[in-house]
Amino acid sequence: MASGIRDKVAILGMGCTRFGERWNDSPEDLMVEAFQECIADAGIEKKQLQAAWLGTCFDEINVGKSALSASIALRLPNIAVTRVENFCASGTEAFRGAVYAVASGAYDIALAIGVEKLKDIGYGGLPEFSSAIGVGNSLWFPNLTAPGGFAMLATGYAAKYGLDIQEVKKAMAHISVKSHANGALNPKAHLRKPVTEEQVLMSPMIAFPLGLFDCCGVSDGSACAIVTTPEIARSLGKKDIVTVKALQLALSNGTEMSYDWDGAHFVTTTRASTAAYEEAGIKNPREEISMMEVHDCFSITELVTMEDLHISERGKAPADIMDGFYDRGGRVPCQVDGGLKCFGHPIGASGLRMLYEMYLQLQGRAGERQLGNPRYGLTHNLGGFPMMNVCSIGIVGRYEG
Amino acid sequence: MVGITSYGGYIPRYRVSRMLIVQNMAWYFPVIMAVAGGEKAVANWDEDSLSMAVAAAYDCMAGKDRRALDGIYLASTTLPFADRLNAGIVAAALNAPEHGATAADFSSCLKAGTTAAMAAIEAVQSGQKNNVLVVASDQRRTKMATMFEMFYGDGAAAILFGRDEVIAEFKGSYSLSCDFVDHYKGYGKEFDYGWEERWVRDEGYGKIIPEAIRGFLKKYGMNLADIGKVVYPCYFTTTHRAIAKGLGIDPARVQDNLHNICGDTGTAHPLVMLAAALEQAKPGDKILLAGFGQGCDILCFEATEKIAGFTPAKGVSGHLASKVDLTSYQKFAKFRDLIVADLGIRGEANPNASLTALWRKRKMVLGFVGVKCTRCGTPQFPPMPMCVKPECNAAGAFEDYEFADKPGKIQMFTGDMLSPSVDPPAAYGLVTFDGGGKAFVDFTDCEISQVKVGMQVKMSFRRRSKDQVRGYTGYFWKAVPQVAG
Repeated sequence: MASGIRDKVAILGMGCTRFGERWNDSPEDLMVEAFQECIADAGIEKKQLQAAWLGTCFDEINVGKSALSASIALRLPNIAVTRVENFCASGTEAFRGAVYAVASGAYDIALAIGVEKLKDIGYGGLPEFSSAIGVGNSLWFPNLTAPGGFAMLATGYAAKYGLDIQEVKKAMAHISVKSHANGALNPKAHLRKPVTEEQVLMSPMIAFPLGLFDCCGVSDGSACAIVTTPEIARSLGKKDIVTVKALQLALSNGTEMSYDWDGAHFVTTTRASTAAYEEAGIKNPREEISMMEVHDCFSITELVTMEDLHISERGKAPADIMDGFYDRGGRVPCQVDGGLKCFGHPIGASGLRMLYEMYLQLQGRAGERQLGNPRYGLTHNLGGFPMMNVCSIGIVGRYEG
Repeated sequence: MVGITSYGGYIPRYRVSRMLIVQNMAWYFPVIMAVAGGEKAVANWDEDSLSMAVAAAYDCMAGKDRRALDGIYLASTTLPFADRLNAGIVAAALNAPEHGATAADFSSCLKAGTTAAMAAIEAVQSGQKNNVLVVASDQRRTKMATMFEMFYGDGAAAILFGRDEVIAEFKGSYSLSCDFVDHYKGYGKEFDYGWEERWVRDEGYGKIIPEAIRGFLKKYGMNLADIGKVVYPCYFTTTHRAIAKGLGIDPARVQDNLHNICGDTGTAHPLVMLAAALEQAKPGDKILLAGFGQGCDILCFEATEKIAGFTPAKGVSGHLASKVDLTSYQKFAKFRDLIVADLGIRGEANPNASLTALWRKRKMVLGFVGVKCTRCGTPQFPPMPMCVKPECNAAGAFEDYEFADKPGKIQMFTGDMLSPSVDPPAAYGLVTFDGGGKAFVDFTDCEISQVKVGMQVKMSFRRRSKDQVRGYTGYFWKAVPQVAG
């Protein structure tokens, strides 16, 4: 009987670059920057790494296919390196590969690194999707972009709960204002200017009803983690050990797009979060989760996700949001590092960046953003589109073994 | 009895007032002021002769069995493919049978529509075919500030010929074929090249149509007093009237040339006018139809008792009545690709369309055919190897399920300014169909401010991609929000 991942693997060290428009840095530069911080934090030598996983999404504008880019950039000692790609969950997938490898006993120490170099295409937003959806879908898919795909969710949500779209927009605006306030405290964040609710509501329309300030930053960056067993971490002299409590992944199987779906929630997140709480031994997430970094690619994604994570009740996320429940001073602070919204969203790095913030918070190293005595941190990625997506959830916490 | 068993039409919803063209372009060519009256029908940016042909074909086939078609003839001078059977695309869009059906293009002449009708009638008369659909369509690009720009409109019509349930019996035909050139379009050229108006009017329409009509009457020993309605194209309204006068036809028995409300739809026009005439015809009415171009085709029909109970799904008059003014000349010019506007780097992406994938998915992509699970009865789109219903998931237990003619409702949508579009914002969303099934599709023919969750939609076959590098035009179905109803 499978026993889950809880407390089998510890984070030995982490690193994360400043995210942003890193015009003068190549993806290799970014990987090395994150890696150097990470290995120094881990306090080991490169030759102790036994295997590595690389997460990237848009390979055709990025580092190309295969994991050779990471192996060469980091001059890894001819070890196993595997590239993983699963849309916006790619970074968490790299982490999952390394964590599972250690948990299996196949390796003692493994590396997970994620990177994305998005600002090499010459236009705003994510690269266009023709290469990402396959030749079959290219014959019929709508002319969609990421903001458009998620914007639809706002109309679906408003319709389901009988809300005026302006009410939803107001809660969405609060989300962005909160993330900008948090991002302003983070020296590694891409966007560091606070904004007002009025600015958010007045921003130019990108995809109805999402305005510019409902959309996250499109950034370059890299983040990485070195993982091992709690025993090895302890033997290496580590204190305040952070362990993995849960790692879950759920993918759409076509029901949202082709069968039964209310258009107002993420089927995958609802499922993955339930499994993650069970794996972590969490009974009441609203009470027990101390902090979260969720996939706020767009403000509406964060709003709906609060319900799918079973933190807000169905239809009640706008009220919790407006109450400040998810603000930095609220009950479950969300996007403490600025989130995708302000820290930025180099896709392959994002899952690892979220874990980086949780790791810093759990170790009391989050500087101005430090929360009081967090116990569990939850990370969440949502790749693809509301009607077909990949959801990954991670829960990390202090090792109490 | 052989004759017309159904008919339909399609006129795109946009109208351009001729005064708009004059206001914008008379500075360049003041002569266009002479025909500044009325308006013309203009295809949306994602429509072309092929997509309009499909719309007219569906209008005609509503309530008829598309599986019973054994001939699909497409007539147009503006087909998207010089070598790929365009009628085959129409047939696929209709989900018509592949085996035992003949699809053929009739082209290179504005009377190709009437010629196709003759071929269809002859095939049914001979007993070789039972149900032949003739579709004529044109969407002719014109240079700015030309008389062609003033005269030409966009549209399509479809006529079904057969032996059962005939609403207008075929009574005879006559052809005059001669190499009279009033205008032509050279191979690989974008625009028509026309001779002076007096030549076209006086020696062309004005002489050739009457000669052909006289030839027909002589052949069948009929006289014009027997004819209830005479239908012939001619975009010079005075010449159109003069032809009737010269033949001694009462103006009340001449079918309007639609210049004021539609413009001349080229190859489609004789059949568009015929469809309009059939809407008014009463049992016993004889209709004489002429198609003009390098000669003239004449066809004669007599309405039967069955015409009394027949109404087309929407028909030419229904389409003419539901219209929206296109009030920007620049928008019109952009829709026709007459001016260059930046689509942005995002719009440069240009992967080729996979012909192999299209072959495998031809029913789905061209016919909007999904599947219905034979185990649990769930209609679904896109078709996949296993049933989407979680409690079922049966593999390979499917029958075809047509979504093209199913009404639906908008479940969620957006208007996307980031997407490269000729007419931003790009509207799209998730549609749920009455009777089950969903599809994630582009929207068209709508203003985003009027779109609401829950609004009814109808599906429409549209141009989805135009690959200028490889000359490929791709098609799929879009949802049209029914704003008024």
